[in-house]
Amino acid sequence: MASLQELTQIACQIRQDIISSLAEAKSGHPGGSLSAVEILTALYFEVLRVNPEHPAWENRDRFVLAKGHAAPALYATLAAKGFFPTSELKTLRRLGSRLQGHPDALKTPGVDLSTGSLGQGLSAAVGMALAARYLQLPTRVYALLGDGELQEGQVWEAAMSASHYQLGGLVAIIDHNGLQIDGPLASVLNPMPLDAKFAAFGWEVISCDGHSFPELLTALAAAQKSQEQPTVIIAQTVKGKGVKFMEGDPDWHGKALTADDAVKALAQLQQSIAAKEEG
Amino acid sequence: MAEKKATRTAYGEALLKLGEENPKVVVLDADLSQSTRTNGFGKKYPHRFFNMGIAEANLMGAAAGMASLGLVPFASTFAIFATGRAYEQIRNTIAYADLNVKIAATHAGLTVGEDGGSHQALEDIGLMRGLPHPRMVVAVPADAAEAEQIVQEAANFVGPVYIRLGRADVPFIPRSTEYSFTWGAAQLLRQGEDITICATGYMVHIAWEAVDMLAAAGISAELLNIPFIKPLDKDTILSSIKHTQRVVTVEEHSIDNGLGSALAELIAEKAPCPLERMGVRGVFGESGKPEELLARHGLTAANIAETCRRMVAR
Repeated sequence: MASLQELTQIACQIRQDIISSLAEAKSGHPGGSLSAVEILTALYFEVLRVNPEHPAWENRDRFVLAKGHAAPALYATLAAKGFFPTSELKTLRRLGSRLQGHPDALKTPGVDLSTGSLGQGLSAAVGMALAARYLQLPTRVYALLGDGELQEGQVWEAAMSASHYQLGGLVAIIDHNGLQIDGPLASVLNPMPLDAKFAAFGWEVISCDGHSFPELLTALAAAQKSQEQPTVIIAQTVKGKGVKFMEGDPDWHGKALTADDAVKALAQLQQSIAAKEEG
Repeated sequence: MAEKKATRTAYGEALLKLGEENPKVVVLDADLSQSTRTNGFGKKYPHRFFNMGIAEANLMGAAAGMASLGLVPFASTFAIFATGRAYEQIRNTIAYADLNVKIAATHAGLTVGEDGGSHQALEDIGLMRGLPHPRMVVAVPADAAEAEQIVQEAANFVGPVYIRLGRADVPFIPRSTEYSFTWGAAQLLRQGEDITICATGYMVHIAWEAVDMLAAAGISAELLNIPFIKPLDKDTILSSIKHTQRVVTVEEHSIDNGLGSALAELIAEKAPCPLERMGVRGVFGESGKPEELLARHGLTAANIAETCRRMVAR
């Protein structure tokens, strides 16, 4: 078990790696990567049974990054966990890199499913949970979805099938930052209320602060107790979290960072680490 | 060619055998298990059968997830929904991800019959063959015997496979005693000198009749059965064309992007010679009996023989 302080430090490092790799790549998705950092850190450093020495270990838990555009956050987390060297993060999105613009399970150690096209990840997670049950593996399956992604009808097909097949071993986490490329969810196409929708589809629903480790870990522990119902954790987050000029601005969904942006962002992140250490 | 059986029925029977042999084989369906013939497997192996309801996108995604844990899922529905509704799911979550899913789609082509144009997939071969091999194999059995072999071999083959199956009963193709099925291979069914007929799926037995008609008229036609549109057995096809120098393709699919297009690409690049593509030309289907529809679209044995005669006389 990592201490709260250790988790916070890991999350800070992941945020810096996201900014550096995106600045190096000169394209990619900062906003939705930064909003998912605590969720990914909690999963990979406290919850998921995975082994960086043996990425293909059969009995491992599975993780599906349904919101595949947050690949920079997943890569930084996998590197921090030891699946590949952190130095490789600077190859993000380059020709020949193992770190594709969206996750590619054929290329990147630790990536369990190739994703990128929104709406499809939860279905695959349902299939993984069905297979784990049939094969009698101890595997639990986690999927991280964007809230804008919930506009895809396939998500609700998957949600229906997960409760129909009583997939207690399946946990969906919604990175609920409230923004999509064209603006606030509510102005583009309102998918709310999320809790009532998932409850009506037969899911156990937990809401929490997606940047609070204590709240995330409590929610994830509660989800593990479910026997017959899939669980959704609606994690309230801030798009661009940690970098003040990105927070809450939909423009930073998929905007490239300039070298200046990166310097400013990294300085802010380092300041916040210093502030936390003093505090 | 008296005895008949639909390729979908052979699929259902092959699944029962696979169920016994390979515990990793599981089956998914989208509320059409009676029509796709997966219901027999579902009854015998209820814990290995997953009805995903009328939700084809989720069906394909779930099959991909199962394959990622080492299962061998057969995902079934009608060809129109499998390849049309769920195209991008197949493209990204199965083929791009290289997951070992077998898409066994029934009710393909004109021979769906009375259900009409909305249900007759005439573009499915095109959609699937546009995906890069080896991330997708496209197989079209000519009869129930070949369907059984393709289904059996697909379970052993590692990688995504699309199997195009029909609703209508189809006669067993006469095969020599030396014949043995080879994954990926075209089969020389009738030897001839004057013209090569390349046929696939339901059209193979009709092309066989055309060869008999042509023989009676003094024309020696060679008949190739093309059960694999992708990968295409280029060597067998080119070696036939080398001596006949004329080709007719026959399919119950659009002439665009199907067998005819695949042959046109091959011939234009490797061995230019006269080619005619027989299939559905520039229209959707409509209701009618399978034989009536084939006649309306110029796909009878007499039509094939006439096309060959015209090409040989040129």
